[in-house]
Amino acid sequence: MKKDEKLEILSINTSLYKTRLSKKFKNRAQYKSPDPLTVLSYIPGTIMEVIVKPGQEVRKGDPLMILEAMKMQNIMKSGINGRIIKILVKKGDKVSKGTKLIEME
Amino acid sequence: MALNSKIKELHEKRNKLLLGGGEQAIEKQKALGKRTARERIMALLDKDSFNEYDLFVEHEARDFDMDKKTLASDGVIIGSGTIYGSPVAVYAQDFTVAGGSLGLMHSRKITKIMDHALKMRMPLIGINDSGGARIQEGVNSLAGYGEIFFRNTISSGVIPQISVILGPCAGGAVYSPALTDFVFVVDNISKMFITGPEVIKTVLGEEISMEDLGGARVHSEITGNAHFFASSEEECFDQIKKLITFIPWNNSHKARMFEPAEPSAECNIDKIVPDDPTLPYDVKDVIRAVVDNSDFFEIMELYAKSIVIGFGRMGGRTIGFVANQPLEMAGVLDVDSSDKAARFIRFCDAFNIPIITLVDVPGYLPGVDQEHAGVIRHGAKLLYAYSEATVPKVTVIIRKAYGGGYIAMSSRHLRADFVFAWPSAEIAVMGPEGAANIIFRKEIMSSDDPDETRKQKVEEYKKKFANPYVAAARGYVDAVIEPSETRRFLLHSITVSENKAIQMPEKKHGIPPF
Repeated sequence: MKKDEKLEILSINTSLYKTRLSKKFKNRAQYKSPDPLTVLSYIPGTIMEVIVKPGQEVRKGDPLMILEAMKMQNIMKSGINGRIIKILVKKGDKVSKGTKLIEME
Repeated sequence: MALNSKIKELHEKRNKLLLGGGEQAIEKQKALGKRTARERIMALLDKDSFNEYDLFVEHEARDFDMDKKTLASDGVIIGSGTIYGSPVAVYAQDFTVAGGSLGLMHSRKITKIMDHALKMRMPLIGINDSGGARIQEGVNSLAGYGEIFFRNTISSGVIPQISVILGPCAGGAVYSPALTDFVFVVDNISKMFITGPEVIKTVLGEEISMEDLGGARVHSEITGNAHFFASSEEECFDQIKKLITFIPWNNSHKARMFEPAEPSAECNIDKIVPDDPTLPYDVKDVIRAVVDNSDFFEIMELYAKSIVIGFGRMGGRTIGFVANQPLEMAGVLDVDSSDKAARFIRFCDAFNIPIITLVDVPGYLPGVDQEHAGVIRHGAKLLYAYSEATVPKVTVIIRKAYGGGYIAMSSRHLRADFVFAWPSAEIAVMGPEGAANIIFRKEIMSSDDPDETRKQKVEEYKKKFANPYVAAARGYVDAVIEPSETRRFLLHSITVSENKAIQMPEKKHGIPPF
């Protein structure tokens, strides 16, 4: 520990500690509660087929698109009754985990 | 004489095989900044101590024109030798021979030396430098890996097992090192991953270099797969040799005794720790102030730095140290630090190494990411490892020991043999600020000056509970000692624990929260 080292503050149970912070802690993702109106890819892969069109009404369980991942064709289904507003990917796109695929209302 | 000509023939045969994959392949290896497998063994072992076995082994593969190829010693060197006079079994994969690929006979050589190491109860050192399975030998290669993993597991806790990654170690091959006790890596040379950058790019479209995916730094800082990081092969071998001096040959031996020595006079234990429990210091300075020669050999230095683990000697005996590090993340326990310490404690317990724990812990790290990463399950490993350990356990509470952190850090309640506390110790459910806020909530809320009342109440709590005497009054702490008395108390505790005997209930094995 160098005498003039700049340290940071970490709060644990309302006590404030002067310390170094780890990279992992600084880069941790802020938690967001899941939004049922946004469809995200749950696994990285390739879009094989987009089944729905913007404006289309869908019911819970209707297929939205096919996402190929780990050599499996996964059918992404709607989690809600609603309407497709926007489709953000097209056939052939490679997507990473958590990519926004469809917006619904 | 007839015998002379036969000896000459042996020399010729040997000399040809000692070249491995030939001069061109050796040049290529050198161009990568790597030594040959044989040079590595020579650099590691005592001079002239290496006895090589199975030099003349050849593969029997027939498919894909393999019957037309000879591979010197089938791409791996095995044998035994000594390090500072201690016996060790060694294998080193030879990248100059078919990329060090693992075929049936290659794996049989490795399992032969593994069986030998286990039978003779001596440490095993595996030097990995291999492109992976020898595809031409198909399922026989897979069988080979499986036989190695099985032996790693069976030998675990009986003989120390060391893996040295000095080249690629990819796919299934990574699981042998992962099953061993200590993994050594070298910057720019070691590469470990299950799926390489090419596959990741094809399947997922993510581009990453080998170094960023599974280089030495990644495994030392991020994954925790590696225990020792070195900048050169030479430094790596020095680290291995040093480690060997601290550990015993097997689980029925103790580590070698060295001549006892005092810590360096420069390490003044009275001047390291600030009074205020929220201010940092380097706990390694405290360790250096109590161990022989102030020589502390740290393990996993770059990973989960909020806890420090490693070996030192006291009175000439090897001791395993576990210490919270207030300088890094305030010394909190979290998923990674619990994992790191728990595995080390189990190593010490398996190999008869007493454990000294230095406590200065604010508790567990709060956060969604920690909870979702399973801090309950991983934190439990630490409780398990300490509770299960029957080697001598001595604890020194330096400053704060709050809540679950107090219990987990080798407390009396997990059957520590000796618990000492410095006068600066604060053994309590949580820090004074948090505790006062809860206990005196009503008074603080209804006060005309809540801030002033809170301040008063925090002070009141500090006086009453932020000390070692409440715990000492119940016998949870055996003695409150001055910092300068620490080495004396530790030395005595370790000495009187020499013949510690504990009866554990009979069982096949426990079920730790893996």
